[in-house]
Amino acid sequence: MKYKNQITALSFILILTGILAGNAGMEAARNIALVTATVIASIPIGMKAFQSLRMKAFSIELLVIIAVVGALYIQEYMESSVVTFLFLFGAYLEARTLEKTRSSLKNLLDMAPQEAMVVRDGESMLVSVDDIEEGETLLIRSGGKVAVDGTILSGEASFNEAAITGESVPVTKGKGEKLFSGSLLDHGYVEMIAEKVGEDTTFSKIIELVEEAQEAKSKAARFLDKFAQIYTPGVVVLSVLVYLITRNLHIAITFLVVACPGALVIGAPVSNVAGIGNGAKNGVLVKGGEVMDRLSKVDTLVFDKTGTLTKGKPEVSSIRTFLGMGENELLELTASVESASEHHLGQTIVKEALKRNIQIHGDLENLLVEKGRGISAKLKEKNIIVGNRKLMAQHDIVIDRDVEEEALRGEKQGNTVVFAAVDGRVRGLFFIKDQIREDAFSSLKELRASGIRQIIMLTGDNRHTAELVAKELELDAYHAELLPKDKLDFVEKLKKEGNVVLMAGDGINDAPAIATADIGLAMGDGGTDVALETADLVLLGDNFRQLTHAYSLAKATVRNMKQNIWFAVGVVALLLAGVLFGRIHLAEGMFIHEASVILVIVNAMRLVKYRRKNLTVESEKNMENLMDIKVSS
Amino acid sequence: MKKLVMQLEQLTCPTCVKKIETVLEKTEGVETSTVLFNSSKVKISYNEEEVTPKELNRKIMNLGYDVLSMKE
Repeated sequence: MKYKNQITALSFILILTGILAGNAGMEAARNIALVTATVIASIPIGMKAFQSLRMKAFSIELLVIIAVVGALYIQEYMESSVVTFLFLFGAYLEARTLEKTRSSLKNLLDMAPQEAMVVRDGESMLVSVDDIEEGETLLIRSGGKVAVDGTILSGEASFNEAAITGESVPVTKGKGEKLFSGSLLDHGYVEMIAEKVGEDTTFSKIIELVEEAQEAKSKAARFLDKFAQIYTPGVVVLSVLVYLITRNLHIAITFLVVACPGALVIGAPVSNVAGIGNGAKNGVLVKGGEVMDRLSKVDTLVFDKTGTLTKGKPEVSSIRTFLGMGENELLELTASVESASEHHLGQTIVKEALKRNIQIHGDLENLLVEKGRGISAKLKEKNIIVGNRKLMAQHDIVIDRDVEEEALRGEKQGNTVVFAAVDGRVRGLFFIKDQIREDAFSSLKELRASGIRQIIMLTGDNRHTAELVAKELELDAYHAELLPKDKLDFVEKLKKEGNVVLMAGDGINDAPAIATADIGLAMGDGGTDVALETADLVLLGDNFRQLTHAYSLAKATVRNMKQNIWFAVGVVALLLAGVLFGRIHLAEGMFIHEASVILVIVNAMRLVKYRRKNLTVESEKNMENLMDIKVSS
Repeated sequence: MKKLVMQLEQLTCPTCVKKIETVLEKTEGVETSTVLFNSSKVKISYNEEEVTPKELNRKIMNLGYDVLSMKE
């Protein structure tokens, strides 16, 4: 109905005219104004009621129309006009406030790119995102949006990936790195190649998942839906009964109007929509109301170590040098040799050198890669051998006692040790470690404070490393050297003991355990496809703060839903009692009813803005730190 | 079998969902239809030989809902 707002306004004016005429003693004018108001306001309501009836759906509009006809019949014109007006006005307010609870999804949608610069036949042109094809080259300038998923061909720029990860701190990306649709190029310039377009991009998938999650109803919401289907016709029957008993048409009609299940039906879903929307905005995908409900009840956290508690990316934690060798000199030689290797431990040494701006030389001679042992080469007239103890033995290099002691000490601390020999003697050790995430400890503490009873780590890694991580993070228990099947059995055992279990993994080798747990959580960079599909909960920004946010958000959402349901039930009960005792009349009944609908929506709206208080403080601090860095550089 | 997504005006009453779904499913050539209440979208999979997107659009307009955009 296009003119609904005008009709609402007109009926309001007519009611005012009617009241004024009535006060002036013009009885006939008053009645004409009020009846006209009733009739025009009834048109849109009646049409909706009729359409639903044709579909054999019992609608609230039908109840209102029956009540209005009844009120006209008993010549309660004031009542009939006020009821229709309030119903229309209430629907208008509902739409406005509903829009707000749905706004987080709309914000996401607004971030969707519309067009992009594409190179075709050697010329760049602006095309709609729907027309971009896989394999095409895109140009992105400052302020431009990334329209597809793909890889950077050339250039470097900083990107705001908030649409994908919920993180608003820009990240710098260069050649060969992945870009996601929906990211915003902050400053810089890149050319990229399109790999996933249209509906296949991560961003489109996220939007679709959020849309579907908002529809996926919780048990409470599903129950209320069914309830409304029985309740609405039930109200009609009851009001007929009321009429038969009291013989008072007025009471029967009032009963009919105030018993409409409005707030009750909308109360639960509206909380879920707001909660899920809030999550999506912060890089947390909660797949539906059911998941929200279960997540709020979780009391046991189970983590796979690698990639969740630790970064999953080994780094050089420290370097020891011997026989007067300088640290940077050693790194220069070793990294140059390792740059020819594809081994992941070798790569961490190269990365460390790049981090320290140390030059890497490509002019290697006599390069030899020994699988499972290491690498050797000649550089700057020096013989360099990098690898494990076996490689040293193979080259008849004696490991001095002080070096061996250092190496053992490093291994006890959970490091993998790489030996570097220059001209026949070990002159350096590299300690490489998969670092614990910086935010893991504080986040786990917060999770405990919010209601988690035990935190357990499962890992395929060795006992030694597992123990160190467990100790450092003060976990309740850990189990090492497990196969994927063992993890699954363990999760099942925990569930049988009556725990509500959340299992967090990187989404690939832990998939069975993730699927078995009450809540499966996938953590990973930019949401891999597997993670998006198998898990109940996905952290797109790959950080722990999002987990604490998700957990407390779930609790807040369920609390909000309960408040709404109890409030709605309470209001209806009070109203019905009021009507039966003759204390509440038609117009005020309608008013209270509409007000209760608006109130539950407004209550749910609080969830859109929901943030953990201490989190806000922390992120503000982070922002300050960032500003400091910017200023000082 | 083709897929069609229509963006409708803001849906406010849960009963509209049932109304739109019933009408569409009764339409010749429509395989399945889902109304996403919160994002006010209709997803339809249909047989292009029996019904056109234009006809489906008209059906929904006749029910009293504005179709803002369509995507195949």
